[in-house]
Amino acid sequence: MKYVRLIVANLMRAKRRTFLTVFSIAVALFLFCTLRTVITSFEASIRASEATRLVVRHGASLVFPLPLSYRDRLTQVQGVTGVTYGNWFGGFYQDPKNQFAQFAMDVPTMFGLFPETVIPPDQLRAFQAERTSCIIGRALARKYSWKVGDTVPIIGTIYPGEWRFVVRGIYEGKTQDVDENTLFFHWDYLNESLPEGRKNYVGIYWLRIASPSMAAAVSERVDAMFQNSSQPTKTETEKAFQAGFISMIGNVQLLLTIIGSAIVFAIMLVTINTMMMAARERTTEIAVLKTLGFSNGLILRLVGGEALLVSLLGGLLGCGLAALVFQKTDFTGGGFFPNFRVLPQTVLTGILLAALMGVLSGLAPAISAAHLKIANAMRKVV
Amino acid sequence: MESNDLVELRQVHKIYYRDRNEVPVLQGIDLDIRQGEFVALMGPSGSGKSTLLNLVAGIDTPTQGNVRVAGESLGQLKPSKLAAWRARHIGFIFQLYNLIPVLTASQNVELPLLLTRLSAKERKKRVLFALELVGLTGREKHFPRQLSGGEEQRVAIARAIVGDPTLIVADEPTGDLDARNAADILLLLQRLNRELRKTILMVTHDPHAAERAQRVLHLDKGVLQADGQARRIETGARS
Repeated sequence: MKYVRLIVANLMRAKRRTFLTVFSIAVALFLFCTLRTVITSFEASIRASEATRLVVRHGASLVFPLPLSYRDRLTQVQGVTGVTYGNWFGGFYQDPKNQFAQFAMDVPTMFGLFPETVIPPDQLRAFQAERTSCIIGRALARKYSWKVGDTVPIIGTIYPGEWRFVVRGIYEGKTQDVDENTLFFHWDYLNESLPEGRKNYVGIYWLRIASPSMAAAVSERVDAMFQNSSQPTKTETEKAFQAGFISMIGNVQLLLTIIGSAIVFAIMLVTINTMMMAARERTTEIAVLKTLGFSNGLILRLVGGEALLVSLLGGLLGCGLAALVFQKTDFTGGGFFPNFRVLPQTVLTGILLAALMGVLSGLAPAISAAHLKIANAMRKVV
Repeated sequence: MESNDLVELRQVHKIYYRDRNEVPVLQGIDLDIRQGEFVALMGPSGSGKSTLLNLVAGIDTPTQGNVRVAGESLGQLKPSKLAAWRARHIGFIFQLYNLIPVLTASQNVELPLLLTRLSAKERKKRVLFALELVGLTGREKHFPRQLSGGEEQRVAIARAIVGDPTLIVADEPTGDLDARNAADILLLLQRLNRELRKTILMVTHDPHAAERAQRVLHLDKGVLQADGQARRIETGARS
């Protein structure tokens, strides 16, 4: 502890350089946390998936709907204990940049299949009773300052026109992975408003099964049932469905990992250079300390400690800022990342990465300072 | 019978290598310094004075021969032990003071004490005492840039003595000072020797500075002159 003052004093001798180094590390770690959060927010939907839930969609593509008539046949499949369905609405609020997910759902059955979504009973009853009502996630309500009783106009893109919904409830997720940025409204309301040719079609069916071990068998049975129809199905676990949905964007995880690593690596090289310069400028002072009796090990720790402190400060600043900014702004990336939340483990990884940067960037100057020959160093100057 | 010598050098040689050339700096040095002595080491530039000082202070190693200081053969010590030995036994005063610019006078003086197990309170007490001893009471919080050259050297002396070292080595301590400040510093060193019985080995170019010492040694081309001869040479040079 008594040496901390010495480390801090050395860092403060070139305030601008120290600030810029801390700042560049903070920027690198901010970007790291952001990119890492893109990955974890994708993964949140997978984590939130229930192992006892299957997703049934059109066998050719998600964009093709399935007939409503499948509902009754799906209910009778052996192993299926519940069925609900819904359509992706794809609208926006006031401006196209205000994007978030809206689903038209079969309200009487949806809560039986999504027990991770919690809503006060009175709000649930009000929602169920009113055809033009909707419920919204807690994060969405906070973002737009919507409350129960408000009327929310949504401009439809897949289903053109302005659709007005009265907010009758605000739901919360049982876990942090549950998306709280979605608006759910009545599928019946959507269906009755559509022209005759588009009526009675469903985007996705969700099936509840008795046990996760039955997933493969039930999926097989469902797909076999509609194999020779004009609208064949593809049934998979919700987890597999979410993973497939993410993979549609390509290998994002790898891409983001490469970009994040490149940024951190580049900043680390800059930090190494800065720390080496800082140590080289103090050759005489290091020689003086050694003359006073500071051992090689202590010099190594002092010089290395400077790099570690700078990196940790940058790491705390960058990771802390990322956590704070995305929490305060309810960032959703235009609705693309409904769960964009910097996880504590992301912050921890960022800080550990900063510590690693500190150790690596401090290693070369610290070793060089520790091995400095006093007589040689003094001869160069005196 | 045990020797009373604090410093014993026997057949010490030091060779530097520049490119592929050998440059002998010290050749067969035999030197004894007794506890409580104030010894001045004189000689022209390049004669090996500072090298000899560095060997005695344990910050350089001889190419050949034995350096024994404060009962320890320095060649036998590992780097970490040597550092600890320096911290315990050597107080080093540099020509250019070499204070740490980002630390205050008291923080500079405290540096050697950081290596001890003394409490912060005890360290502070000793720092204030050392600064008082060199006449810098009230300047504890001043940074080196806020001090004159003479004051900086006093801080350096306080730093050298704060750990109560066995031997003070001074490499041209007045070389960068004006006559008045130089005289003050020499007087201070003399007091440390007389009043606190500190053993001092001082390298100097200045015959007036050397006069303060009890014994003057002369080094020429890496060879130490006999003590009596050395004194005569310096005296002759002044007359």
